[in-house]
Amino acid sequence: MTQDDLTIADPKMKAHGVNVFYGEKQAINDVSIDVGTDLVTAFIGPSGCGKSTFLRSLNRMNDTVASAKVTGQIELDGEDIYAPSMDVVQLRARVGMVFQKPNPFPKSIYDNVGYGPRIHGLAPNKADLDVIVERALVRAGLWDEVKDRLAESGTALSGGQQQRLCIARAIAVDPEVILMDEPCSALDPIATAKIEELIHELRGKYAIVIVTHNMQQAARVSQRTAFFHLGTLVEYGKTTDIFTNPKQERTKDYITGRYG
Amino acid sequence: MALTNDHTVKAFDEDLNRLRGLISEMGGRAEQALLQAMTSLSKGDLDLAAQVVRDDKKIDALEAEVEQLAVQTIALRAPMADDLREMIAALKIVSVVERIGDYAKNIAKRVALMDQTRSIEAIPLLISMSNIVAELIHDALDSFAARDAELAVRVTVRDKNVDDFYNSIFRTLVTFMMENPKYITESAHLLFVAKNLERMGDHATNIAEMVYYVVTGDHMEERERGEQPEDGAAEQEQG
Repeated sequence: MTQDDLTIADPKMKAHGVNVFYGEKQAINDVSIDVGTDLVTAFIGPSGCGKSTFLRSLNRMNDTVASAKVTGQIELDGEDIYAPSMDVVQLRARVGMVFQKPNPFPKSIYDNVGYGPRIHGLAPNKADLDVIVERALVRAGLWDEVKDRLAESGTALSGGQQQRLCIARAIAVDPEVILMDEPCSALDPIATAKIEELIHELRGKYAIVIVTHNMQQAARVSQRTAFFHLGTLVEYGKTTDIFTNPKQERTKDYITGRYG
Repeated sequence: MALTNDHTVKAFDEDLNRLRGLISEMGGRAEQALLQAMTSLSKGDLDLAAQVVRDDKKIDALEAEVEQLAVQTIALRAPMADDLREMIAALKIVSVVERIGDYAKNIAKRVALMDQTRSIEAIPLLISMSNIVAELIHDALDSFAARDAELAVRVTVRDKNVDDFYNSIFRTLVTFMMENPKYITESAHLLFVAKNLERMGDHATNIAEMVYYVVTGDHMEERERGEQPEDGAAEQEQG
């Protein structure tokens, strides 16, 4: 893999020599990558290449899979997230996640956003929580659409609104990193465009890592792109370079539609 | 020419191959226009000269067709990496080939204005120069069809021969004009012919540089510049 002029001065997360196993099977093989604080990083690659597995190792979501084992080093602000002293609940508040299918709680819109701050003790009273909920919904670009019906169920919203609600829910606990696993694959083009615009606006406030099958989307929203294939990181570079002049033959074959 | 047939979506390969075919055809016509223009000049063949002028419309039509196909392919197929570079290069190359066609047409138009020129000694030199230029155009377009970066580099190197020819012809014509003031009009036309040929060589070089970019993704190193043409303008125009 090449690292030409790819220095990230202040990486938010650093992964070094990461391997992920599901039982006997090795899903990720010796991946090292830095995630920039002010950047959107896209992971692309064919199905089964390990990009989602690697994403989920960044906030220890793989812990929920009994057979999964992660080796190597992953740091958040220099702190080993797999260290025994790491509080996993706290980690997942700092490294939030948005999934492929919108998964709002079967609760009110307000409670969907307010739940996290409440259990993390971020809001001592109702007025504080109101402020947090409003700010998260504003940042997620959903406030104007839902401000008059905060008591309605989150599941009553459209798919795109639900996904932005999930992003608001992730934002509400004031994370440092937001991981997005195919956040638009269940959405129509307009809802997708709104999420992409949102990613653009959130850039700089949070380090964002997005897994996407849609290469045009990776090209549109990210500044860095990593191409995974068969569990290895084939190429990691500036998005403009990856899509105009990839260095690796396998990257080129994939992004030009010659793969397989 | 090299066919592309390795995309998962076969219709994309068909678009790319059609695009390459059109550009090859266009290049062949431009090369032919140049050779016919020079033949009409050396033989004073006005019919052939008129045909070159007429045929230039076909080159223009091919340019329009390539532009349309390239825009359509970009819109519908969203090409990436070398495919994207090829689309952009195709758009630029056809506008350069169109210019080459215009220069050939310009040479052909001068034939009717130069009845007495057949005895001017510079004409055989111009014919030799045009043969080199035609080869450069041919090889530049071959390098595009074959994705041959090495051939492209050789084209840019050989353009120096064209510049040398231009300098030599320039001197020859200036001397000739001083000695034969009656022939100044014809000689001036021939200077323009030489200049057109020199520009065509530069355009072939431009095509070769674009081919190099398509193939490698990098821009060609600034090549060794030859001696500046003596009117001092040629290389500056090239950028």
